[in-house]
Amino acid sequence: MEKTDYKNVYVFVEQRDGVIQSVGLELLGKARDLAAALNEKVVAILAGDQVKHHAQYLIEMGADEVICIDAPELKDYLTEQYSQAIYQMVQKFQPSILMFGATTIGRDLAPRLAARLGTGLTADCTKLEISEEGELMMTRPAFGGNLMATIMCTEHRPQMSTVRPGVMQKMERDCNRKGTITDFAPTFDSSKFKVKLLKTVKEEKGAADIQAAKILVSGGRGVGCKEGFEKLQALADVLGGMVSSSRAMVDAGVMPHDRQVGQTGKTVRPNVYFACGISGAIQHLAGMEESDFIIAINKDKYAPIFQVADLGIVGDLNKIIPMLTEKLAKKTECNC
Amino acid sequence: MKIVVCIKQVPDTTEIKINPVTGTLIRDGVPSIMNPDDKGGLEMALRLKDQYGAEVTVITMGPPQADAILREAFAMGVDRAILLTDRAFAGADTLATSNALAGALRCLDYDLVIGGRQAIDGDTAQVGPEMAEHLGLPQISYVTGLEFDGNKTLTVKKETEEGYQMLSVEMPCVLTVLATANKARYMTISGIMDAFEKEVEIWTASKIDIEPEKLGLKGSPTRVKKSFTKAQKGAGETFEVDPEEGVNIIINKLKEKHII
Repeated sequence: MEKTDYKNVYVFVEQRDGVIQSVGLELLGKARDLAAALNEKVVAILAGDQVKHHAQYLIEMGADEVICIDAPELKDYLTEQYSQAIYQMVQKFQPSILMFGATTIGRDLAPRLAARLGTGLTADCTKLEISEEGELMMTRPAFGGNLMATIMCTEHRPQMSTVRPGVMQKMERDCNRKGTITDFAPTFDSSKFKVKLLKTVKEEKGAADIQAAKILVSGGRGVGCKEGFEKLQALADVLGGMVSSSRAMVDAGVMPHDRQVGQTGKTVRPNVYFACGISGAIQHLAGMEESDFIIAINKDKYAPIFQVADLGIVGDLNKIIPMLTEKLAKKTECNC
Repeated sequence: MKIVVCIKQVPDTTEIKINPVTGTLIRDGVPSIMNPDDKGGLEMALRLKDQYGAEVTVITMGPPQADAILREAFAMGVDRAILLTDRAFAGADTLATSNALAGALRCLDYDLVIGGRQAIDGDTAQVGPEMAEHLGLPQISYVTGLEFDGNKTLTVKKETEEGYQMLSVEMPCVLTVLATANKARYMTISGIMDAFEKEVEIWTASKIDIEPEKLGLKGSPTRVKKSFTKAQKGAGETFEVDPEEGVNIIINKLKEKHII
């Protein structure tokens, strides 16, 4: 293998039922940074059945080139069909970097391909950078998030990774961006298509779990009552998060036990944890201090919660929360 | 039917703590367990055995101590256990691990290969699909349910972000299973007694069907450049301001963090 034959940053842009998935756009945003550091191109791989009309959109979201693989075999995601298509594309175009969303599709397809290509793959990356030597540095959590590891794949190409949804930042859409659209037609060996899709079922996931929430708006004694929690719920709604609670409010019967964070409740690790009117007893901290970003709002400036908070606002949550909700709601409207 | 289940011994990551002074992982006293997803896969195999009769073999790659999870598997009801252990396997990334397992599977008879979706120490979910590719077998990952027609065909339930899919596949094939697929059985008392009488087969690198350069560190395209614990948090910034100002500070931070 000659490393210099492999060029450019490729993103597998996932679509489901013809709908482009957000993680693909996030990856295009990240790919722009990587490509800039390498002085190379961002190439989007768009695979599916009659999906070519999305190509221009991917250019506007950061791709310099879109490789369009349109085939009836690719209507629904199936491992072998997609592996054959992407494998042949890689053989022909020789990417230096190849990224996938760490979804049930990306985490099924990428390892299959990596084995077929005989190259390395790093799962669930949360950080991607280019080293001084122009190699990809892939950082990911391990041991249940207790440890971070930076992994490299210097002797093989492409350098492959999957990236967690919601970690990278999309580019602002730029309708003036120009790029090229290239069609690629793989040759399918249907004798290897052994898995058949019988049906796809969409279902509301049951009672939502605060441990799965990316944003938690959590309330304590300072919130006081059911009406107070309705204000927190309104904030959680605009942020796409959930409401959780300290033990005091569960014991008082205001919130159900499955919403309780802390030693005798659940351990949570959201991207953002709002601690509203929570003083921050050690038992509560044990359940949430691993959150990525903690925002505390409390009247008492000596509350221990401020010792673990990344951002603390000393003030009346009954004023701050509704005002914050209103401003955020307006922002979302503008984006539509 | 012959089923091979690939399992792994892992540290119970929920018990891992960080030394606040040195910032390193405290591994002492952390119990080793059978990886939860693998146990879900093993239970799935044992249920097929209960219902249709099957010979279930478990295989693991690891140090000699990994013997413990093979004994546990005996006590749950498997027929045969193989421990792949050799210095030549050391330092393997997922690709080299999948090569070793595939090399061992080439020496076995099977209709169905089951593994866990991912192990809780690495969380990669890569070894199953990579092994399937080496063996040229179809794969279904994220499996939460299984029906067997009694002949050759499996109807498989696969979990997705939006719900689930039903897929059909003819054996031989590879499935990677979620721990939530079932509730694994407990070891029986007599099973535990017998487990220590039974023979765990030890296979070294020379015993399996794979080129030695595809194993261990040599066969690993990826390298861990560095590892570190997340920076310990100190107290952040606290502002004593009027509510409107406070709201603006929060919104700016959320923007900075790409939350909005």
